[in-house]
Amino acid sequence: MNYFELLESVLSKNGLITAFVFVGCVVWISYYLSEKLSKGRFHGSAIAIMLGLLLAYVGGLLTGGSSGIADITLLSGVGLLGGAMFRDFAIVATAYGVKLEELKKAGKAGVVSLFLGVGLSFFVGAATAILFGYTDAVSITTIGAGAVTYIVGPVTGTALNAESDVVALSVAAGLIKSMLVMIATPFVAKYIGLDNPRSAMIFGGLMGTTSGVAAGLAATDPKLVPYGAMTATFYTGIGCLLAPSILYLLVSVVYA
Amino acid sequence: MVIYGVALLAFCMLIGIILGELLGRLIGIEANIGGIGIAMILLVILSNYLKKSFRLGDVTEQGIHFWSAIYIPIVVAMAAKQNVIAAIDGGLIAVFAGGISVVLSFLLVPLISRIGKS
Repeated sequence: MNYFELLESVLSKNGLITAFVFVGCVVWISYYLSEKLSKGRFHGSAIAIMLGLLLAYVGGLLTGGSSGIADITLLSGVGLLGGAMFRDFAIVATAYGVKLEELKKAGKAGVVSLFLGVGLSFFVGAATAILFGYTDAVSITTIGAGAVTYIVGPVTGTALNAESDVVALSVAAGLIKSMLVMIATPFVAKYIGLDNPRSAMIFGGLMGTTSGVAAGLAATDPKLVPYGAMTATFYTGIGCLLAPSILYLLVSVVYA
Repeated sequence: MVIYGVALLAFCMLIGIILGELLGRLIGIEANIGGIGIAMILLVILSNYLKKSFRLGDVTEQGIHFWSAIYIPIVVAMAAKQNVIAAIDGGLIAVFAGGISVVLSFLLVPLISRIGKS
């Protein structure tokens, strides 16, 4: 009887349960490090998210796959636990207890931030593409769309028939954005006034990457999560709407 | 009953996603526009309304509070399944495009916070 095979089959057959144990250990180690090394000043959840990204890197190195640590068969349940379905379910749950008045108060600024956020990120991405020598409107638009989010990039690229390496670049730009928001938010929060529901909604609208905003705010102040997440979930949709249409037309006026 | 809370939550999410998909189709794109945001607003309205007319029991609330509390571990799992290698492989152009847009967006937060503030 092979004990390792037995263990492996039990763990992978019960993938989601294995993921609970695995993530529980990661969170426990992170809070332990936070307490021991920084006396709690460095938030435990911020460490946990960075540790998660590090594990994703290790997983990618070991397997060559695209789903981080979840590509290791034993830990495939992490992919389910961290997938869009559970993430969105938990995000919706955080809205429970939110006051309607808070939403109304920040409504107008939230909408403004959404359109400004999509426009600004697209412009920066497109300008970078031009700086690096791209001269065709399709590539410039696709890379610009990638700077909006890593979903808007490929959606736009597919709609415009962009080259696959350009689409890959746009996904990479979106991933960099999402990871930077996850890591940097707790550090810059106090300098940009990110300490109330109103600024959290504006932050969500400007950044837009749901995963980045969700993790960044969780590491800053979990009470702010529902406000930021609420506006952020509109961002990708608006990006998919604007990038292949109005924004592409704008770019093609200059770069025919 | 705990299931009432979980069911209410799930119901809101499904309605939100359906409306988000419909919104996308109406405009003519294959994307969900704000489905989760709509679900959140729905839950806020429902819970504000239900609390006034008849109280959601404490046990029912636990069904929602659990998912809200398990949020951070889910985000950790989400971080652990990201394609970090691809992000790094994108090279300088991806770092500039993604990085500068994040820095500028951070800077805009305090500016937009002033809009419509009384």
